[in-house]
Amino acid sequence: MQNKITVENLNAWFGAKHVLHNIDIGIQKNGITAIIGPSGCGKSTFIRCINRMHEVVPKAKASGKVMVDGTDIYDSDIDPVDIRRRIGMVFQKPNPFPTMSIHDNVVAGLKLSGVKDKKKLDHIAEESLKKAALWDEVKNDLNKSGASLSGGQQQRLCIARALAVEPDVILFDEPCSALDPISTSKIEDLMMELKEKYTLVIVTHNMQQAARVSDYTAFFLYGKLVEFGETNQIFKKPKEKSTEDYIIGRFG
Amino acid sequence: MDRAKLSFFRISRSKLSGDFIFEAVIGFFALGIIILAFLLFRELFIGSALSRDIFGVGFLTSSTWDPVAEVFGALPFIFGTLVSSFLALIIAVPFSLGIAIFLSELAPEKLRTPLSFIIELLAAIPSVIIGLWGIFILAPFIRDYLAPPLSTYLGFLPLFQGPMYGLSMLTGGVILAIMIIPITSSVSREVIMTVPTHQREAALALGATGWETTRIAVLPYARSGIFGAVILGFGRAIGETMAVTMVIGNSPRISESFFSPSYTMASVIANEFVEATSKIYISSLIEIGFLLLVISFIINIAARILVWKLLKVEGGGAT
Ligand SMILES: Nc1ncnc2c1ncn2[C@@H]1O[C@H](COP(=O)(O)OP(=O)(O)OP(=O)(O)O)[C@@H](O)[C@H]1O
Ligand SMILES: [Mg+2]
Repeated sequence: MQNKITVENLNAWFGAKHVLHNIDIGIQKNGITAIIGPSGCGKSTFIRCINRMHEVVPKAKASGKVMVDGTDIYDSDIDPVDIRRRIGMVFQKPNPFPTMSIHDNVVAGLKLSGVKDKKKLDHIAEESLKKAALWDEVKNDLNKSGASLSGGQQQRLCIARALAVEPDVILFDEPCSALDPISTSKIEDLMMELKEKYTLVIVTHNMQQAARVSDYTAFFLYGKLVEFGETNQIFKKPKEKSTEDYIIGRFG
Repeated sequence: MDRAKLSFFRISRSKLSGDFIFEAVIGFFALGIIILAFLLFRELFIGSALSRDIFGVGFLTSSTWDPVAEVFGALPFIFGTLVSSFLALIIAVPFSLGIAIFLSELAPEKLRTPLSFIIELLAAIPSVIIGLWGIFILAPFIRDYLAPPLSTYLGFLPLFQGPMYGLSMLTGGVILAIMIIPITSSVSREVIMTVPTHQREAALALGATGWETTRIAVLPYARSGIFGAVILGFGRAIGETMAVTMVIGNSPRISESFFSPSYTMASVIANEFVEATSKIYISSLIEIGFLLLVISFIINIAARILVWKLLKVEGGGAT
C-alpha cells in the first residue's frame, strides 16, 4: 500500500490543553480512512492538523510531522494557504456562503486562485456539481442563493465547492451528522466514487457508516491513536479491548 | 403530597408577585418613554400649525428665509443637513470599515479591547469641544491644506469651486464624519464579530488568505448589519447640532460648492430660536424641528431593522 499522508509524532494543543498525543499514522492513497472515537477524543483536531486548519483557532498549536507526498506541510517555508488549496475540507455543519449564488459558491475557490475565464468557471461548476451528485437538482437554479437549498443539498454543495479546486485529499468531518438517511446514502455513494481519484479521510460517529465506506479505520481515545488497521479487521477482530468496547457501544 | 403541593404553590405565588412588580415597573418606564416621544411629536405638530397653514407644502421647496419679511422656506436647511450628512458618510464609511475590520480581524488579541474602548470614548467628547477644535484647528487646516489641492485637481467639478474661507459645508462634513466614526465603527465591529466561525473556516479551507476571507466570507455575511451601522451614523449626523453649527458657516443658501458656507436644520433652530420674536418665525422653526424629528425617526428605525434582521439570521443559524 502506498501512503499519501504520513503523520509522525503529531501533538496538538488548545492553549495549555494537550489534546493530541504522539500520533503516528499512514493514510493510504485513493482509499477512505475513517476516524472513529468518542466525543472529545480529538478526531476533528486530528484532521484539522492535516490541512493546517487547526492553527486558525486562537492559541491553538501543533508539532510533529505531516508528510504529504513526501513533503512536511509543517515545514517553515510552506504556506498554509497552499496546503489548504490542495487538501480540501467538508465540515460537520454545511457552510455554503449564504450571500453567493449556487454557481458562485462552487467556483469560490477557483476565483481565489485567479481563474477568470467565464466558460471555464461554468464548465468546472457543472462538473463539480455533477461529481457531487447535485447537478440534476440545481441545474435550473444556479443563480439562487446557496442558503436556499436543503441541509443535504447544502452539504453536497460544500462537497462540490471542495472538489472544484481539484484537491488531492478531502477531509470530511462528520459530513452526514445533520442529514437524513437518503442524503447520507447519497454522500456515501459519492465518497465511494471519489476515492478512485482522491484520498479521503472521514470522521464519523456512525459505526455502520465507517464499516460501509472505509478501507481503513483509526480508533482514537483521549487524544491517542489506540488502534489503526483495515476496517474489516478493526470491526471483526479488534486487537485492543477499548476498540471492541467502543465498537459494540459499551462507551462513548 | 399535600405539603409538596402547598410549597409549590407558595414558590410559584411569590415568584408571580415578584414578576408582577418587575413587569409593572419596567412597563411603566417603557410606556413613559413612548408617551414622552408621542407628546413631543404632538407638541411639535401643534406648534408648527401656523407655519403649515401659511406656507403649506411650499415650506419644503422654498429657499427664501427672510425673518424681516416673514417669509420662510426650509429647503436650504434640509439641503444643508442632508448634504453635510452624506458628505460625512462618504468620509466616515471607509474609515469606520477599516477600523472595524482591523479591530475584529487583524489587531493582536491584546490590543482589541483597549483600542475599541478608546474609539468608543471618542463618542464621549462633548460636541462643543469638537466644535472649538473645528473652528481653531480643523477649519484653518482644511482652508490651507485640503482645499487648495482639491480645487487644483478636482476644480473642474462645481463641487470644488469658489473661494474657501474655512467655515464651509466641507468643514461641517468632516466634523460630522469625525463624530460618527465611533458609532459606525463600533457597531460594524460588533456585527462583524457575529459572523460565525464556520463561515470564516469555509473560506480558509478553500485556501483563502486572511484578507480574502474577510472579503468573500465576512463582509458579505455582515453586509446588512454594516449597512445598518452606516445608517445609524447617518442618523447621528443629521441630528448633530453644536459642532456643526460652529463650523458650517450658517448661511441659508444652496450652493453647489462644498467650499461655500451652509446651514443645517438643527443649527438654524439652535441659532435663531432665541431671537425669533414673531409667531410665524417661531412656528417655522418648530416645523423645521418637526421635519428633523421625522427624518431622524425614519432613518433610525430603518437602521435598527437592518441590524436586527442580521442578528436574527445569525441567532436562527446557531440553534
Ligand atoms: N476551540 C477549542 N478551544 C479549546 N479546546 C478545544 C477547542 N476545540 C476542541 N477543544 C478540545 O479539544 C479536545 C478534542 O476536541 P475535538 O473537537 O478534536 O474532538 P472530537 O473527537 O472531534 O469530538 P466530537 O466527536 O464531539 O466532534 C476536546 O477535549 C475539546 O474540549
Ligand atoms: Mg469533532
